[in-house]
Amino acid sequence: MSIRGSNLLTLGGLSREALLEILDTAESFVEVNQRTVKKVPALKGRVVASLFFEESTRTRLSFETAAKRLGADVVSLAVASSSVKKGESLRDTIATIDALGLDAVVLRHRSSGAAEQVSRYVPHVRVINAGDGMHQHPTQGLLDAFTVRQVLAARRGLSGSETGSSLFEGLRVLIVGDIRHSRVARSDIAAYATLGAQVRVAAPGTLLPSDISNWPVEVVDNFDEALEWADVVGLLRLQQERGTGAFVPSLEEFTFTYGLTQERAARLRPETLITHPGPMNRGVEVDSAVADLPSALISQQVSNGVPIRMAVLYLTVAAPKENS
Amino acid sequence: MKIVLRGGLVIGPTTSALTDIAIRDGVIVERGTSVDLTNAQVIDVSGCWVGPGLVDLHTHLREPGREDAEDVASGARAGAMGGYTALTAMPNTEPALDSVALVSFVLAQGAKTPLDVAVAGAITVGRRGELLAPMAEMAALGVRIFTDDGTGVQNPLVMRRALEYAKPLGVRLAQHCEDEALAAGGVMNEGALSAALGLVGRPALAEELMVLRDIELVRLTGGRMHFLHLSTGRSIALVAAAKAEGLDVTCEVMPHHFIFTEERCGHYDAQFKVHPPLRGELDRDALRVALHTSAIDAVATDHAPHAPQLKELPFDEAPAGMLGLEHAASLTYEALGEDPSPQQFFELLSRGPARVGQLREHDRRVGLSAHGGDLSVGSDANVVVFDPAARWIASKENLASRATNTPYDARAMLGKVRVTIAKGRLVVNEGVLQ
Repeated sequence: MSIRGSNLLTLGGLSREALLEILDTAESFVEVNQRTVKKVPALKGRVVASLFFEESTRTRLSFETAAKRLGADVVSLAVASSSVKKGESLRDTIATIDALGLDAVVLRHRSSGAAEQVSRYVPHVRVINAGDGMHQHPTQGLLDAFTVRQVLAARRGLSGSETGSSLFEGLRVLIVGDIRHSRVARSDIAAYATLGAQVRVAAPGTLLPSDISNWPVEVVDNFDEALEWADVVGLLRLQQERGTGAFVPSLEEFTFTYGLTQERAARLRPETLITHPGPMNRGVEVDSAVADLPSALISQQVSNGVPIRMAVLYLTVAAPKENS
Repeated sequence: MKIVLRGGLVIGPTTSALTDIAIRDGVIVERGTSVDLTNAQVIDVSGCWVGPGLVDLHTHLREPGREDAEDVASGARAGAMGGYTALTAMPNTEPALDSVALVSFVLAQGAKTPLDVAVAGAITVGRRGELLAPMAEMAALGVRIFTDDGTGVQNPLVMRRALEYAKPLGVRLAQHCEDEALAAGGVMNEGALSAALGLVGRPALAEELMVLRDIELVRLTGGRMHFLHLSTGRSIALVAAAKAEGLDVTCEVMPHHFIFTEERCGHYDAQFKVHPPLRGELDRDALRVALHTSAIDAVATDHAPHAPQLKELPFDEAPAGMLGLEHAASLTYEALGEDPSPQQFFELLSRGPARVGQLREHDRRVGLSAHGGDLSVGSDANVVVFDPAARWIASKENLASRATNTPYDARAMLGKVRVTIAKGRLVVNEGVLQ
């Protein structure tokens, strides 16, 4: 099912065709972002609300930039300046903003499921999940897949869309770190697995979800060997508080066991790509020098955030719903 | 005024009889097929089951402290609509029912309602799980069940001392079985679904470990324990084995645990958030099977009213609990399967809980009448009429409860409470509060 005219709450359940449609649409917006005048009027006159109930710099900036480049009016609610802190319920906050005549809500919230709940409160508005608790961060999963395809296609002298999903077939993706608490991991795994990649995960036992056997992934027992296997290494941010004894004895021990140190990075094949959703804890999950290697795609990921979010806004808000 | 229930099937503990029942001055005065109808309000109940009024061991009436969600009076109205003639007010109010003054207050509020409202006292001061509450003083007021429900008593030494202290008082402790450390602040059942939804899970083991621990403490102390709202097949099996060994343990299950599975949490609808959480299919089915055995002493409601805005919070922040009083009878009837035994129905909903709560004899000190009886002439007139053939649609729009957090909105229901007579008074007739 395409996201045309629908909400984007999760990548779980989206078909390969639906994912490719978003990636291909984003590719057409890359060119817009390289123009001197970086605007297309696809969402002219539409109102997009950006509601970030949780701290975020790059995702918020990226969504708001995307909406503005599509010509939309952006209503932005900053948590500190809103009445949310005065005990107003999520439902009342949404109702207030909805009174401005919204076409879409981009929502970031610390609670899993908040985006889906909001979508029930305002069924006439398209809801785009910009990260909900430990559940999903769909646009991050999309831009990770987009960036990987872009780089792999360029190596073959092709554009990403010319390759469809072929470069994901059998692609060996290793996702490392706090899988249990990571919305990025859930979205990445859904995207990569649906596009045809083989996904393995490496994490301390406490940072694996309780029922990982039901996920479309394999758990690796030897992280160092898996690094030699991988075509793509997806690093995740380790929340500092997870490494203070409750889940992992210490940050140092995490780095010792699962950090991408220079020593471990030497085991990677030269063509292996490294991704990280940011913000990085340099020296914890990734060594600072490794993060700056040419194979680390971190800055491409950030710049691809805008075209991916333009594509998502365009498809969900402006594109007509499919009849199927 | 005399009331005659005419033409119903009167359900005794082991047999049923097609007979009329006449009620006057709070007691059953006559039974038979030719009772005197002069000056009587005659209610035709042919096709219906006539049984002892239902008894809930587990009712959150929210008074004092959260009267915006429910109070004793509104909870009693909801209970009457559900066929209940006796409720047990749980002590997790604000403040907790941990003293003579607070227990007396709720008993007095209960005495203003047509139903009997028994009170469960707290085991520990403020339900904090540290110091024993004055159980002997509360027992002297007629309190027969003590619990810190909402959470269980976590410290095993405190629970041991509570069992030892309660034993000579002739009262029973009731435990909310969840090891909160292992439950880890979870908000739904732990498993593949919680992992996919990004919600922290409460593992079944958190419940089962507490059941196991407390069975062993009962063995150690010779005390009495009632296990509240068991939700897994293993929990039930542990209790059944303890009973077989002769330990004095009893347990209850809730309709939501034998009706729903955790799938209901799949769209973050906080109406389905409850502790212990909704489990998987295997556990739900194990509970349904156990309803037909002596492992389960009672179906209770865990009726847990919450103000509507609280259930609109994000799933992880919303309070746990759902309404239950007005639908438990129909849901139990449904879960008993094809051709359900009326004896088992009233065993689970009335006679069993009345035994556990020591509500079978009237207690003049606190003005409580006798419940869960055999409807013989001379017994207190706590009677319910249940129509097993009725079919209806539950709705959150017409609840007697002050709250609306029912998970059964728009659900098709099998069987319906038509009449509730509490202490001889017609409280509900034709499904309408009188």
